[in-house]
Amino acid sequence: MSDGAVPAIELKGISKAFGPVKANKDITMRVMPGTIHGIIGENGAGKSTLMSILYGFYKADAGEIFIAGTRTEIPDSQAAIAAGIGMVFQHFKLVENFTVLENVVLGAEEGALLRPSLAKARKLLKDLSDEYELHVDPDALIQDLGVGMQQRVEILKALYRQADILILDEPTGVLTPAEADHLFRILEGLKREGKTIVLITHKLREIMEITDTVSVMRRGEMTATVKTEGTSPEELAELMVGRKVLLRVDKKPAQPGETVLEVENLRVVDDKKVERLRGISLHVQAGEILGIAGVAGNGQSELLEVLGGMQRATGSVRINGQEIDLTGTKSDARTRRARGIAHVPEDRQREGLIMDFHAWENMAFGYHDADAYNRGLLMDNAEIRRDTEAKIEKFDIRPANCWQTAKNFSGGNQQKIVIARELERNPDLLLVGQPTRGVDIGAIEFIHQQIVALRDAGKAVLLVSVELDEILSLSDRIAVMFDGRIMGERLPSETDERELGLMMAGITDTDRQPTAKEVAENLAQSAGAVR
Amino acid sequence: MDKMPKWADIALVPLINLLLALIVSGLVVLSIGEDPVEAMQIMVRGAVGSTYGWGYTLFYATNFIFTGLAVAVAFHARLFNIGGEGQAQLGALGVGLVCLALPWPHWILALPFAILGGALFGAAWASIPAYLQARRGSHIVITTIMFNFIASALLVYLLVGPLKVPGSMAPETARFPEGTFLPTAREVFGWVGLTFARTPLNVSFVVGLIAAFGVWLLMWRTRLGYEIRAFGHSESAAVYAGINPFRITMITMLISGGLAGLMAVNAVMGEQQRLLQDNVLGAGFVGIAVALMGRSHPVGVLLAAVLFGALYQGGAELEFETSVPREMIVVIQALVILFTGALDGMVRGPLEKAFLRFRKQPKPGVPAE
Repeated sequence: MSDGAVPAIELKGISKAFGPVKANKDITMRVMPGTIHGIIGENGAGKSTLMSILYGFYKADAGEIFIAGTRTEIPDSQAAIAAGIGMVFQHFKLVENFTVLENVVLGAEEGALLRPSLAKARKLLKDLSDEYELHVDPDALIQDLGVGMQQRVEILKALYRQADILILDEPTGVLTPAEADHLFRILEGLKREGKTIVLITHKLREIMEITDTVSVMRRGEMTATVKTEGTSPEELAELMVGRKVLLRVDKKPAQPGETVLEVENLRVVDDKKVERLRGISLHVQAGEILGIAGVAGNGQSELLEVLGGMQRATGSVRINGQEIDLTGTKSDARTRRARGIAHVPEDRQREGLIMDFHAWENMAFGYHDADAYNRGLLMDNAEIRRDTEAKIEKFDIRPANCWQTAKNFSGGNQQKIVIARELERNPDLLLVGQPTRGVDIGAIEFIHQQIVALRDAGKAVLLVSVELDEILSLSDRIAVMFDGRIMGERLPSETDERELGLMMAGITDTDRQPTAKEVAENLAQSAGAVR
Repeated sequence: MDKMPKWADIALVPLINLLLALIVSGLVVLSIGEDPVEAMQIMVRGAVGSTYGWGYTLFYATNFIFTGLAVAVAFHARLFNIGGEGQAQLGALGVGLVCLALPWPHWILALPFAILGGALFGAAWASIPAYLQARRGSHIVITTIMFNFIASALLVYLLVGPLKVPGSMAPETARFPEGTFLPTAREVFGWVGLTFARTPLNVSFVVGLIAAFGVWLLMWRTRLGYEIRAFGHSESAAVYAGINPFRITMITMLISGGLAGLMAVNAVMGEQQRLLQDNVLGAGFVGIAVALMGRSHPVGVLLAAVLFGALYQGGAELEFETSVPREMIVVIQALVILFTGALDGMVRGPLEKAFLRFRKQPKPGVPAE
């Protein structure tokens, strides 16, 4: 690649506004052919909007797109495909009960009869899988495949449509480290064949590991485009946020005290009679953070839901030595709160907040029958608002307006509302799921500090996260979950991402290097069982 | 940031909807060879041009306040109670039984018991679909509408059987004792020396206003209302907060059915003064339109109820004074329901866009998303 080459993609002056919000402001970007180009930025920085414009989902208000030097109008995704652009979305767009082959061909069938297209696709699939390590069984049903495999199907779909440019939107969000490594090997292979790859992510590590060039977006603007070799994670973080950011969590050694939470042989069977928790036993002491690592969907959500009183279970759970009700009328979230359990749920938009409620109404959510918030039969709304304003100030929630509805706050500020509400109750045990999912870097730092501060105040914290970095930097002890079981416990100082990654894939014998096939099979199996 | 200012959301959109409905109605009137302007004048004069008009308008409105509030309360929990018709019929039964049970000496004594009877019977009728929804997952839209038919059949059975006056040919109960007759607006105005035409408007209107205030208090000032609204917005979040979905579904539907049942205090006790077979006259269904147009807020419900009352009364005048047939009034009312309810998004969407376009630059500090 030389600087004199024609860019595979060139954007000139792209702008897009949604009402008063300028999602993209005068974006100019060149992606050279045969490179991996990273786009990094916080949530809401405009990365996805930009890619949606490139893929024809949105129409830009202004600006031009050049593909391989030719000015190209992309009014819809058909035009994008015609221009050789393929997109792998964060949320896969696959037909669950179709085979891999049928999904690949879907929408690109040639003629009214399926057979010739399928035969052609089968041959192509074989070639591609030999070439790029893109091994997928063409006759497997999508619903039987793990997420890593499903993602490969998405990539194959794009390649089948002869994409020269592949856009991947947060591709590693659902993958184990081993799967992510495999994906990167595939991407390297595609690059060698001359394909151009655009990788959208918020993970600095991935950018450093795989990209050639990286563009940084902040508040709808392209703030910098730099060669990856010539930059550092710290510099990129600063470019993303606009100020210096502490990437590591600064914390003192834990001082564990009495055991607060004791869980024994916890089991959950879901509506479809599938066992989601298969005998979980663990404990958390006061003044320590127990991190639960695992690929999403291996029972961590159910564990949090059971402890938070949202789901019934069998087994035994003790808080401060006292048994709690897991099946009866006292197994609800209200009773759990009364027992000193606070819960920052995994999905703040679906569970932690009422998106159409004002900030102040949300600040009482779950604690709305607290004495302080009530005066006789009526709720003391003025008191709730006063309390909310105090918390808004303490947790630096912006905008500082207790009348704003939750949906109009950014992801980070929504999460701060939940964190403020739960932490300020001074609980004995904090359950916290995905505390920084969809939260910008500046807020991540703050939220991590708050969780550590609670630990230092002698409280027990049970942390569930799919981000290994977060688990490694916050936890005092780490338990790995796979397929509804605890695979083992490790101390952060005595383990690394590789070992945890293998445990997350269900391989306990971590001294032996497992084959990629073993990992894939294990994950596919767990996906089938857990789904 | 909200898409448009609140006043536009709650006032401008319904007004534009109403205007559109009236324009289309005008075209329909024109198409049958009548003068739409004259028809409009007759309707307005008939509805609000005299104490007689106001009396009937507000009498009808009282019915719609109760049924509208019933739908609105349920809607806050995202329960679409379209069984107001049947619940009101059962409410009528409750009111009728109370009124016939004793030789009531004075309406002041009879009214609280009639309110209780109407509310209890309406609530009881709503409790079965509520239970089926909460425990069995049977969709409340289906069950409530089917319960309308059952209620109607039940009433027919009672009125041709156990409750019929012996020897009478009509499917109706005996006339209620005089001690249950509610004071009409004419009497109440008379007490302070004012004149008001003879209309069925009675003190139930005041009960309706109190009920509207009560609903407001419940929804926005009590824990129960908070839980109902939270549950309506997100059941999963409600479970997270320790709100019991079964309990909320049941309580909400009991309140909703009770409000629908209260309609009988106005229609049966206040006007008909006996239990008739068809005592609801479609008010249960109009309540849905009233709640939709009133955006499920008690003040909105009050205003929408008065509007629909005026349409009923103005429509009756129109039929009386012109050759516009009765069916045409139904068409006009249907158009209003269509535009304010079903076609709400047609106006709302473009209006939101217009507001966004004319809005100034975003304030600094507002995150882009």
